[in-house]
Amino acid sequence: MIIQALAFYLFAAITVASGVMVISARNPVHSVLFLILAFFNAAGLFVLMGAEFLAMILIVVYVGAVAVLFLFVVMMLDINFTELRQGFLQYLPIGALVGIILLVELIAVVGAWVVAPEAGLATSLPIPPPDQVTNTQALGEVLYTKYIYLFQTAGLVLLVAMIGAIVLTLRQREGVRRQNIGEQVSREATVEVKNVPSGSGI
Amino acid sequence: MIPLDLITALPELLLACLAMALLMFGVFRGDGATPMVLLLSVVTLVVLIGLIALGPRGEGVAFDGLFISDFYGDFMKVLVLVGSATAMAMSLRYFEAEGVVRFEYPILMLFATLGMMMMISANDLIALYLGLELQSLSLYVIAAIRRDSLRSTEAGLKYFVLGALSSGMLLYGASLIYGFAGTTNFETLADVFAELTAAGHGPSLGVIVGLVFLLSGLAFKISAVPFHMWTPDVYEGAPTPIAAFFATAPKIAAIALLARIMMGPFIEFVAQWQQIVVVISIASMVLGAFAAIYQTNIKRLMAYSSIGHVGFALVGLAAGTEEGLRGLIVYMSIYVIMNLGTWGCILCMRQKGVMVEGIEDLKGLSKNHPMMALALGIFMFSMAGIPPLAGFFGKLYVFLAAIEAGLYALAVIGVLSSVVGAFYYLRIVKLMYFDEPVEAFDTPIGREMTVVLTGTSLLVLLFFVVPGPVIRGAAAAAAALFAG
Repeated sequence: MIIQALAFYLFAAITVASGVMVISARNPVHSVLFLILAFFNAAGLFVLMGAEFLAMILIVVYVGAVAVLFLFVVMMLDINFTELRQGFLQYLPIGALVGIILLVELIAVVGAWVVAPEAGLATSLPIPPPDQVTNTQALGEVLYTKYIYLFQTAGLVLLVAMIGAIVLTLRQREGVRRQNIGEQVSREATVEVKNVPSGSGI
Repeated sequence: MIPLDLITALPELLLACLAMALLMFGVFRGDGATPMVLLLSVVTLVVLIGLIALGPRGEGVAFDGLFISDFYGDFMKVLVLVGSATAMAMSLRYFEAEGVVRFEYPILMLFATLGMMMMISANDLIALYLGLELQSLSLYVIAAIRRDSLRSTEAGLKYFVLGALSSGMLLYGASLIYGFAGTTNFETLADVFAELTAAGHGPSLGVIVGLVFLLSGLAFKISAVPFHMWTPDVYEGAPTPIAAFFATAPKIAAIALLARIMMGPFIEFVAQWQQIVVVISIASMVLGAFAAIYQTNIKRLMAYSSIGHVGFALVGLAAGTEEGLRGLIVYMSIYVIMNLGTWGCILCMRQKGVMVEGIEDLKGLSKNHPMMALALGIFMFSMAGIPPLAGFFGKLYVFLAAIEAGLYALAVIGVLSSVVGAFYYLRIVKLMYFDEPVEAFDTPIGREMTVVLTGTSLLVLLFFVVPGPVIRGAAAAAAALFAG
């Protein structure tokens, strides 16, 4: 038990600290690397809660794809981030004010939090006992049956995102010489093999 | 045997399959096939209207309570489909004239329409969010479809960033509600809240904050004040037929969704959300009336006008009664027709092949194009709410409902801002009829435009002769939502 508590505080402290570093690091590449650290520690928190599937998905999707994409974008776009940040501090007072108001509101909400007495009965899907079914199996049993409508809709959203990316970025450029291997191989009429006598040339 | 779920969601499934088939057709045929794709898309939407109106009626919930099909949904879906199909039909000539013919554009409109139909039929917070995202993502892309134009890309980017913010607020609200009630299904939520009220507990702070966030997210989608700031910029920057689409179909879908949530699971908390809706409604009506006065661009003017109209429609929702809902539905039906007609006129504003958007360009329209001036005049009088045109009846029903619900202040402010709003609508009529003509617009305007303008202006003009079908349909739709 004590080890679990220690692990929790370790993961949580590193997550918060690296979160702060993400927004305060001068170098954008460092920011992205701290973001990856935050993702890893959040995944550790998920494991502590017994949600191992979510933990692995977080690593695979966020660290494997999203963070690497960020890194690419940061490296490929030639943006001077220090220049962008100039005048950043002049918004600090109003930003801090909004932040404090939000914090007070959140404390009010969480402090007065009650769960509806019927909430336990209302859950449309009873959670199977964790020691009998793994996360992955429990999700797999409902994802393609009970939630097929949402699964397919999510697929459509991704399709639209793909069409959008192509529509907005793909340009058909004129005058690009593409290699056509079939044409190269089959052009017998124009290529002639000559037997060159040595010492004389053609 | 076909499972019952598939019959219940038949229009959505058919639209998804046909949109993907048309996408493949476009991919293999290239941009040259755009007119064909566009025509087939319009035909698809018209077939869907027929299917919903006459086809096999699969009432009830499907997919384990994620999807609901009822008369309310059917009525709103027909409105959305009419808006989408007309906006699409009006767009072909524009894109050919501007030289940006892309087959993806009708496909994305089809997917946006599919998302709207899913929103209207959502019976679960997750289904709601996915439908909303499908619609919004498609709209972000088509706002920026003229990617070589700075204004169009700016409109798309602005819409995307602010839309992502509103989606975040909506999700945060949904998560608070889920944390309170332990379910995302609308019917179960209604049960939980009803038992809570029966047990004598008031709503807890957490669920009220969740409701506020949910309302803010949806208020952004219907561009109600104070979440309206994107509307004028996006309408001005987006290509005109796209702006015509934005002003009609997505608003219907988002308002329908808002009404379904507020009148469905959250009807127990009517005292809480009524205050918010009243404030949003007053702010929208007043801003729509005053900010439009200074506009010189007709697309921006229409944006402020649509903000005002959303305010009037929310008066019906604020009443929180079946009569109020009926007024809301009647208002939105008339709103779609008026807006399609007005945007059709804006699409005809073309001098020597170049689109013009200034209000001053309408000067003396009655001398050059008497029929078009007559049509635009009818739409303007109707939007101002002058009897006996259709717009008057829309306002009449929502204000009657507000007075019956005891919201006198709301009704009075609504009538006053309607009077202020009449100023800028009538200014356009004055420009068209009493000012010296400037350069004439290009003719001919095209057969599809003639059909749209004649049809919509006749509907608006003659609504008072046979108001029965719309009023009865809206009453039945409102009753269906209240019964369910």
